[in-house]
Amino acid sequence: MEANIHFPDPSKVREELTQRYPAKVAKKRTKSIIINDPETIPEVQANVRTVPGIITQRGCSYAGCKGVVLGPTRDIVNIVHGPIGCSFYAWLTRRNQTRPETPEHENYITYCFSTDMQEENVVFGGEKKLKQAIQEAYDLFHPKSIAIFSTCPVGLIGDDVHAASKEMREKFGDCNVFGFSCEGYRGVSQSAGHHIANNGVFKHMVGRNNTIKEGKFKLNLLGEYNIGGDAFEIERIFEKAGITLVASFSGNSTVGQLENAHTADLNVIMCHRSINYMGEMMETKYGIPWMKVNFVGAESTAKSLRKIAEYFGDEELKAKVEEVIAEEMPKVKAVIDDIRPRTEGKTAMLFVGGSRAHHYQDLFTELGMTTVAAGYEFAHRDDYEGRHVLPSIKVDADSKNIEELKIVADPELYQPRKTEAELEALKEKGLEINGYEGMMKQMMKKSLVVDDVSHYESEKLIEIYKPDIFCAGIKEKYVVQKMGVPLKQLHSYDYGGPYTGFVGATNFYRDIDRMVNNPVWKLIKAPWETAGNGKGAELEASYVTQ
Amino acid sequence: MLLRHTPKEVIAREGLTINPAKTCQPIGAMYAALGIHGCLPHSHGSQGCCSYHRSTLTRHYKEPVMAATSSFTEGASVFGGQANLLAAIETIFSVYEPDIIAVHSTCLSETIGDDLQQITKKAKDDGKIPEGKYVIYASTPSFVGSHVTGYANMVTGIAEQFAQSTGEKKEQINIIAGWMEPSDMREIKKLSKELGVKIVLFPDTSDVLDAPQTGKHVFYPKGGTTVEELKSIGDSSSSLALGCISAEPAAIALDKKCKVPFETVDMPIGLSATDRFIMSLSKAAGVEVPDEITAERGRLIDVMTDMEQYFYGKKVALFGDPDQIIPLTEFLLDLNMKPIHIVSGTPGQRFEKRMKEILRRIPEANFKNGLNADMFLLHQWMKNEPVDLLIGNTYGKYIARDENVPFLRFGFPILDRIGHSYFPNIGYSGSLRLLEKILNAFMDRQDREALEEKFELVM
Repeated sequence: MEANIHFPDPSKVREELTQRYPAKVAKKRTKSIIINDPETIPEVQANVRTVPGIITQRGCSYAGCKGVVLGPTRDIVNIVHGPIGCSFYAWLTRRNQTRPETPEHENYITYCFSTDMQEENVVFGGEKKLKQAIQEAYDLFHPKSIAIFSTCPVGLIGDDVHAASKEMREKFGDCNVFGFSCEGYRGVSQSAGHHIANNGVFKHMVGRNNTIKEGKFKLNLLGEYNIGGDAFEIERIFEKAGITLVASFSGNSTVGQLENAHTADLNVIMCHRSINYMGEMMETKYGIPWMKVNFVGAESTAKSLRKIAEYFGDEELKAKVEEVIAEEMPKVKAVIDDIRPRTEGKTAMLFVGGSRAHHYQDLFTELGMTTVAAGYEFAHRDDYEGRHVLPSIKVDADSKNIEELKIVADPELYQPRKTEAELEALKEKGLEINGYEGMMKQMMKKSLVVDDVSHYESEKLIEIYKPDIFCAGIKEKYVVQKMGVPLKQLHSYDYGGPYTGFVGATNFYRDIDRMVNNPVWKLIKAPWETAGNGKGAELEASYVTQ
Repeated sequence: MLLRHTPKEVIAREGLTINPAKTCQPIGAMYAALGIHGCLPHSHGSQGCCSYHRSTLTRHYKEPVMAATSSFTEGASVFGGQANLLAAIETIFSVYEPDIIAVHSTCLSETIGDDLQQITKKAKDDGKIPEGKYVIYASTPSFVGSHVTGYANMVTGIAEQFAQSTGEKKEQINIIAGWMEPSDMREIKKLSKELGVKIVLFPDTSDVLDAPQTGKHVFYPKGGTTVEELKSIGDSSSSLALGCISAEPAAIALDKKCKVPFETVDMPIGLSATDRFIMSLSKAAGVEVPDEITAERGRLIDVMTDMEQYFYGKKVALFGDPDQIIPLTEFLLDLNMKPIHIVSGTPGQRFEKRMKEILRRIPEANFKNGLNADMFLLHQWMKNEPVDLLIGNTYGKYIARDENVPFLRFGFPILDRIGHSYFPNIGYSGSLRLLEKILNAFMDRQDREALEEKFELVM
């Protein structure tokens, strides 16, 4: 990519971003504010504690576990063990859409379940109330599965959610009850919760149903949560191309799909950060390779489809994929040809998530826009620099307390889908098999990378760079807009979407065009503030002559 | 059906809460603290709490909601959060420069036993609080009460920690706002001005959570009760607490500390509660009620008489916070409607006592508050005895759609409509707005569903 954008002196930017901090804080933050060089990729400090008092975008482990990974599966009754708030705030706010097979099929996503822990439960223990709650959920709904999520006080008072779950599971016999120790204080962000969720889903769900689904090209879609219907669009494309989706982790998914996921022949990973553990574990235990893909962006979608076809190595599939792309692309092109003259040359900043700040750069590139600064909220170094840095990542105290499952090949079910030589050959063709190159390789030289950006840094960045659009979440939305810059929410999509696939790309183009070119941004100043009326400004000549 | 698994048959639950009609204390404390000028709320707990509260308040107001967190990790949870809070105070004063930091606790910091009074004293002793700046606190354990309790606790903390008695009484009356919207607080100020009464309203989120778009983000918007005003509340002639759950505790604390007598009235929602508010305020200040206010009242009554046929006998289900739904229930009765199903997740015996009084004309009414008084139960009651109108926060829309019932958004949070920040629900004009919305809900339905030959031009 050619740089026709004038970047401010990045080292000065770095200084300005940190100068108000106490010395120790400034020193720490400097390591997370990096000037990019895609050739030599510098190290970014990531997945470390946020300094107390800093206004951060980050949430907690519980949010990553219950909210992100487990939340989208529609037929699990998710009971939050703790005071009422944790369950309340995660109630329907993430927009994971789901489409039950029939109006009668199970769907608990619209419900909020909590043990509503009281002071007496904190003092005398809450296990009894938890078991009572599980029993009541079972009696009311007879679900296939009940999951229990621990909130902060649960870990501190020593309630054993795993023992309680096991006891109830054995008692019921026909309902899979399992727990997660995803207390909010674990780790340094949502990321810890993703890992805990991956472990639990792998241990308690994957591998329980060995039925082989029909289909020649079977895969799982990992790290796609169907926000705004993203997974629906990908499902549509897969179906059109003759690719069989066994399970999504976890957008629009069911317990049955997750239990059957180990029968697929490939795992494609969207959000590397939240689900890479699952890919790794399934590879080790069942021999299913995983491959990084990106369905955000029309070109990226086409590229990902071609990679899938290449993986299966089937000429018929390759032809079908080309046919789908040839059919979808003209519609995309018609939209982008109309819009691009109005977005070309504009700039964007993305501070969001653990993969979105990377993926959405593809859409901005398609719009002719440049990402001048980007960073993740809860990612690790490998998401920035690529997985090759994994061995050099120091495991600190905050990561150490998250369980690493010891996985070995399943004596019966392990069956390598590809030989080592085949995998190597695929890698040589550019497929990111069991690998991920990270965000920075794709970003321009001298662009800025900031991990866990703070409120203060965001405001400074906006003042310095004056981007045409800023991408973040709900907490940042109105702060940034009050500065006169439109903010695109990339968690909730501002209640729009989908943004994946071919249809999603055109949705995104239209939304960005609307936002950056909306005349309302030019109406903010009242006429008496801009022209005369005692404010000191000169009357414009045109007024006088008219 | 969105809530397809909700059975008609009600079975008592003790362990499981489903679709709560409440949330936890800290969010109330955060909201209350935003009503002090130059104040940054601070959540002493894990990051998730602060993130969730800010997100919910932001979705409700579509405004910046600034707040910081102690960012607990496992270490802090084991060894105590003092170091985190002290570090936070230092960072906040140097980076965000508030006049006040209002710290509230969470279930985490309460469970490990962090003492906010002791830690903030240490911060002061260690010189971490710059001259002329303040750190106040409130204990808000999430496993006690509800978001309303948290609001009350922070308002009490504000009153206790700022009020001073100089020995010289001031000709002013404190109005302690129960949990209400910025628009409602603006309306309280407007009514007091019309009455000619000098008041100190606290907290006051108007001009904070309804700030104008100027192209510039003002970290501490111009609204909010000032420190100077808050210091003076100990010298006020009396206090009027609007709401027995969310406002009265602060009035009691102020009376204890500075001997400021108080009266508690309902939040002025609806005709009768507004009447009582106006009477109490005018009496406390010794002023006559001006014609202007009498005329405002007259306009509300006028619509009530003009449109009485549309209200008569209509059955209503409602859920929300006690200080709001107690006067609202009374208003529904004034309108000749029949509130028959009422839940509030906030515990407390005052709710039951007041509802019993208000609902004596409707012996068949179901009402419940506290544990397991949730929207799941309310929905089940509605399946057994259908209603003509549902009133409650945005989560009610799932029930309303399934049961095909007109729905009035009222309370907290409202995540899918605007208006609550700008147009009051209190006072006579606010009640008129409520009335208009109820009428619209009925009439829109009638227009949508009437048989063609029964379609009415004039209504």
